[in-house]
Amino acid sequence: MRFVETDVLIVGAGAAGMYASISAARSNATVMLCDKSLISRGGATVMAQMTVAAALGHQEADHWTHHLQDTIKSGQELCNEKLSYLLCKNAPEKIRQMRDWKTNWANDNERIRQVLAPGHGVKRCCYVDFLNTGPAVARTLRGEVAKLKNVTRVSGLTIIDLVVEKNRVMGAIGLNTEAGEYVSISAKAIVLAAGGLTQLFARNSASKNMGGDSHALALRAGANLMDMEFVQFFPIGHLAPRLVGMDPIMWDPFRYKLGGRLLNGHEEQFIENYGGEDGDAYTVGRDLAAYAILKECEAGRGSPNGGAWLSFQHLSKAELDEAFGPIIKKLSANDIDLTKQAIEVAPIAHYHMGGIEVNESMETRVKGLFAAGECVGGANGANRLSGNAIPEAFVFGEIAGASAANTISETPHLSPQIGQNSLLNSLVELSRQQKQESQFKTVTSRKLLFKLQKLMWENVGVLRNKQGLKIAIDEIRRMKNDIFPNLKPASGTVFNTSLMDWLDLRNSLLCAEAICLAANERKESRGAHQMEDIPFKSDKYRKNQIISIIDGHLVSRWQDVQKLEFELEKKCWTTV
Amino acid sequence: MKNNKQQNVFAELSIFRGANSTKPEFETFRVPFQQGASILDALIWINDNVDESLSFRYSCINANACKECMMIIDGQVEYACLKKLQKFGSKLEPLPNKTLIKDLVTDIVPPKEKLLS
Ligand SMILES: Cc1cc2nc3c(=O)[nH]c(=O)nc-3n(C[C@H](O)[C@H](O)[C@H](O)COP(=O)(O)OP(=O)(O)OC[C@H]3O[C@@H](n4cnc5c(N)ncnc54)[C@H](O)[C@@H]3O)c2cc1C
Ligand code: FES
Repeated sequence: MRFVETDVLIVGAGAAGMYASISAARSNATVMLCDKSLISRGGATVMAQMTVAAALGHQEADHWTHHLQDTIKSGQELCNEKLSYLLCKNAPEKIRQMRDWKTNWANDNERIRQVLAPGHGVKRCCYVDFLNTGPAVARTLRGEVAKLKNVTRVSGLTIIDLVVEKNRVMGAIGLNTEAGEYVSISAKAIVLAAGGLTQLFARNSASKNMGGDSHALALRAGANLMDMEFVQFFPIGHLAPRLVGMDPIMWDPFRYKLGGRLLNGHEEQFIENYGGEDGDAYTVGRDLAAYAILKECEAGRGSPNGGAWLSFQHLSKAELDEAFGPIIKKLSANDIDLTKQAIEVAPIAHYHMGGIEVNESMETRVKGLFAAGECVGGANGANRLSGNAIPEAFVFGEIAGASAANTISETPHLSPQIGQNSLLNSLVELSRQQKQESQFKTVTSRKLLFKLQKLMWENVGVLRNKQGLKIAIDEIRRMKNDIFPNLKPASGTVFNTSLMDWLDLRNSLLCAEAICLAANERKESRGAHQMEDIPFKSDKYRKNQIISIIDGHLVSRWQDVQKLEFELEKKCWTTV
Repeated sequence: MKNNKQQNVFAELSIFRGANSTKPEFETFRVPFQQGASILDALIWINDNVDESLSFRYSCINANACKECMMIIDGQVEYACLKKLQKFGSKLEPLPNKTLIKDLVTDIVPPKEKLLS
């Protein structure tokens, strides 16, 4: 066992965690930035291929107030407007800062290229060619973090629990996977930036490390979660034929750029039948597109593998070559020729609007515990605009890092003795949960996760209903209370995959229960939460839903939505 | 569209097992062959269905973005997520020029990203 000390511990090294490290270090804190995978590579950031929204006004007149209005509109009355405000107001500055740090945003000299994306009123979305936004962003931030002497980077360190005394965070317990060794970390402040939870659903765009660790760590430490029911399903994730070496959501920008046709199993356009206006512009919102595809499948009009066709066959080879650039080669490596075939797409879990409840300093209700990035709830309400997640990670990361650094002067370090004790307590608690001998010969953490993903997909996915949610809640509780406690991870220390899977599952089960509970309580349809048997919005639920642990149980309550304290309308449009 | 016959076709993967301290050996796994599947898909299938202790690195699964899944496949350095599963099977080994950690996992962590004592 090892004991280490830092002022600020940052959990997760995606865009949010890396931005937080930079701002905490610049505020003179010593920082430890850790990731269960490798720094900058484990989560969604490096996988993002599309665009980043910011009201730069480089292509069309724009102003952050317009971005904010679009964001709030998309959030369907549930945005924590104070958080949305921070996101939209600060996004342009972050894009410029990243440009100064040498992120190669597609540009015409001084002007950054910005394109239209669904739900945005103007051309607002920046990108790095070709489909390279996330890798470019990850590389830039990784380089900036590496320049800072007071940031220690640790790859392969999984945070498994937080140490909290009298509602103040004191440190954390980690597992150094490569050495197979537990680590006790004393920290005066902690920023949770461990990303989203879309791995909980069978069809997803997630990396392996997106099973809801941030949320589970926060809940167990005494923080609140909010709006957990709002999972965004990306309507046209890749379904078939098998495509490897590519992000499953890569079709989207091409659909907008080239007008890819979305067709049902009978090869007819169908979005119009659901009140959307696809026409030639292809700007229909994500939740509606996902809904329409599944309804077509339900009506027996799906594509062969249970989705819809996406066709670019109306374009010539030359047009396709030009638009897809190097991607055409990757497609042909997968035996896909777009001039000859349509591909199949279907909704996949892609982003989570809900998350940890924070105030405008990104602090949770636990003192010294902050959160940033996708794991934060509120800024995007019931439905996120495309391109809003990466600026959210930048902006909230920066604020969280600075806020965390600000609190350190008031806080003493955990004494090594307390650190050792709480580590021992956590380990005792963990081993109490791990049975000496598995009571199930054939059930493993991975098999249980697989079942959980299927259950969540079928009952808590794009289209929900009361009965399905009830089935899901009962089944998750059974998994959590009866099956999980009887699983035993394989023994061994060094890179123990089985122990890692077990730790992940422990968090995923808690998150799944929180999502189901929240979905079940929200008896209406709004944004990404669509109830087939309650197909309307109701004013009663124009509230945020808070989930917390009380006496060992998850409980839900309603809370008024945070509104802006000023008028938005009067701001002017600007161009650069 | 679906070829049901394919479900009965298996590919054999011969996989390096062992940690630095143990005596390494090769273990053979039979995995269902599926058109278009990657070596990584097959490794994940083994974890899910046969042996949850088989260790290999990966994060992004499909995107070829994390660059963690590099290993030796039939003698060549490859990304397991890009390399397709072959009907006649493959031999998988850890990267030779890196310190072995366990099975297909080697020490690819940059020295400055390690927890120092
Ligand atoms: C395929 C894909 C494409 C996307 N495209 C876009 C896009 O074009 N535009 C856009 O705005 N948004 C996009 N998004 C969403 C956006 O990428 C994410 O919301 C954003 O990158 C989240 O950043 P983050 O820093 O909060 O989390 P992440 O980048 O996910 O980083 C979290 C990190 O935490 C680590 N971690 C997890 N648990 C632990 C633990 N217990 N201990 C230590 N470390 C841990 C993970 O390994 C990971 O590295 C996309 C998402 C996906 C999945
Ligand atoms: S799994 Fe990420 S690059 Fe292969």
